Amino acid sequence: MAVKVRRREFLAGAAGAAVTASLAFPAIAQPKPVRIGLLTVKTGPLAAGGIQMEQGTIRFLKDRNHNLAGRKVELVVADTGGNPAGTKTKTQELVERDNVDMIFGPLAAFELLAITDYTAQAKMPVLSLAAAEDMTQRRPNPYFVRASGTSAQYMHPLADYAAKELKFKRVITIADDFAFGHEQMAGFQRVFEDAGGRVVKKLWPPLVTPDYTPYIAQIGGVDAVVQGFAGSNPLKFMKQYQDQGLKLPVLGGGPAGDEALLKSYGDEAVGMISVSAYTGDLDTPSNKRLIDGMVKDYGNIPGLYSAGLYINGMVAEAALEKTGGKTDDREAFNRALRSVSLVDTPRGPFTFDHFGNVVGTFYIRRTERKGDKLVNTTIKTYPKVSQFWTYDEKWFLAQPVYSRDYPPLKS
Amino acid sequence: MNLWVVLAVNSITLGGLLFLLSAGFSLIFGLMKIPNLTHGSFFMLGAYLATSLIAHGFDFWTAAILGGLLVAALGGIVERLILRRLVGAELAQVLVTLGLSFMIADVCLLVWTGDPIRIATPAALRGATSVMGLGFPTYRLAISLIAVVFAVLLWMLLDRTRLGAMIRAGVDDPAMARVVGIRVSRLFTIVFCLGAWLAGFAGVIGGPILSVYPGLDQEMLPLALVVVILGGSGSLVGSLVGSFVVGFLYNFGQAMFPELAYVVLFLPMLVVLVVRPQGLFGRQAV
Repeated sequence: MAVKVRRREFLAGAAGAAVTASLAFPAIAQPKPVRIGLLTVKTGPLAAGGIQMEQGTIRFLKDRNHNLAGRKVELVVADTGGNPAGTKTKTQELVERDNVDMIFGPLAAFELLAITDYTAQAKMPVLSLAAAEDMTQRRPNPYFVRASGTSAQYMHPLADYAAKELKFKRVITIADDFAFGHEQMAGFQRVFEDAGGRVVKKLWPPLVTPDYTPYIAQIGGVDAVVQGFAGSNPLKFMKQYQDQGLKLPVLGGGPAGDEALLKSYGDEAVGMISVSAYTGDLDTPSNKRLIDGMVKDYGNIPGLYSAGLYINGMVAEAALEKTGGKTDDREAFNRALRSVSLVDTPRGPFTFDHFGNVVGTFYIRRTERKGDKLVNTTIKTYPKVSQFWTYDEKWFLAQPVYSRDYPPLKS
Repeated sequence: MNLWVVLAVNSITLGGLLFLLSAGFSLIFGLMKIPNLTHGSFFMLGAYLATSLIAHGFDFWTAAILGGLLVAALGGIVERLILRRLVGAELAQVLVTLGLSFMIADVCLLVWTGDPIRIATPAALRGATSVMGLGFPTYRLAISLIAVVFAVLLWMLLDRTRLGAMIRAGVDDPAMARVVGIRVSRLFTIVFCLGAWLAGFAGVIGGPILSVYPGLDQEMLPLALVVVILGGSGSLVGSLVGSFVVGFLYNFGQAMFPELAYVVLFLPMLVVLVVRPQGLFGRQAV
């Protein structure tokens, strides 16, 4: 609760400062500020991630004193309500009324899909964490930049690790029954089976499932379970998994082992092996600054969402430095965004491919108890991971997009 | 074989939890004809309040009872100040209770943030108990027991006490109940508070299994609706049977026909609505 109040106070203070600043310095005396529109979710079930996105963005701008490449930065925050219609309305407001130069967000893939055509038409650069594969594959948006990764980009290295290092032969997967879950598990399956493993069953509980026990009861006779839940579902799953007395090792996707979720877990998460594009134990100066700042401002350890938005901020900064702070030529600015190559970021070094999707490091971590806290300890890093993994891009794109039934189970 | 036993036991657990949640809903709907769409929110709010109470040093069971009481107090206020003025206006009741559920969700988000919160299982009930050579989570068995105890208590309240007789009279024929001198409006407040308490209490009891997070309210409400429609509103036996039917449908449906999980759950509700609209144990409307 105290955390919340501090955030509000800060926002009020920032708004007040912005007003004073604009009164004291008439617009003609200064270059026009860069405007970043943030599409986030502050109400409803997706709000946890949305609030962290906002915190990460604000944290980044504070670190840079609201100044990027010599230009002042203004942040316009819009709450999409976590639904496609709201996202569309808010995007139009950001583009047409607030005249933003770029958009951070939205959070969910279905929100992104609702605005991709519109933003491409408006030539509006969009930097989002939403993981839908085809946004940077078969249906690319030339103004889309993704510094986090596609759904399956996370799972390819995890599958490689499971097959080659952990020597697992047979697994059962379980994930939310929506596109993000399907894509994750399909990606896992392809790499795992190409490395000689076998996915024997894929379980798909509906996104809204209070009790996973009927599914957990079907797990057995394998070396491990791979869970790809998102939101608060990983927590529920792990608790019920432990209650049911299952002891098989659990592998998890990005949201399952997210640093921001660790404080909600108990001992049931100890030993879980997860993959992520961001890991709290990465020892880089920028990650240290991010974590210290988040703990100071919000009392929270940053996770994927806040770190992801912080990183988006760094991408925007690097692009602005390339264009000398100019954003008027949208094409040039977009090219600059996609040619960004960073070394010291909270997720380590990365570049972008010609679809605007990240090529960067992914981390395999084990969740461990340290004192009264849970932490992730990195046990292997996969550098320069592309969304196509080690596959040939042309071949990869010629295959159907990852889905619930593709690749099919081998019988 | 194992799978079926595990599923059966879990069906009973879930049924127990659903009974706690839906008994109140059913009583409120039966007596007051109010489709209380805030019921899921009471469930979630109870759980959230308990996390704070536990953080302040209360033990789990005290937190469950107190959390329920706080929710009941809120329920009483809502009934006295708002719902009282909307007697008979069903659309208005639906809209008000739905609106309230959104407001409660927003307040919860503000106070407890969007991060999921886990409620620890009470120490005495951790681990597994062996039944017929199979290990079952002790806490889940305890939930079933709690549900049975509450079913008996509620039945005694309704069947053996003066208050219960008045409530039954109010359900069957409110106008006649007023004529014979029963203060039906006070009954309304009592029943609404009781229903809210049960929902809040159920939220805390469910916490160690479900944890608490934004959206929990909207996950539980449809299940309560199905139970009440299956069992018949205002009928305690209906709630009890409906809860266990839904518990079984939910568990076995998801295990056997995962693609049709929702169909298995909601189809019986549709059939009951068409064939026997008053529910399996409901009485014909007067």
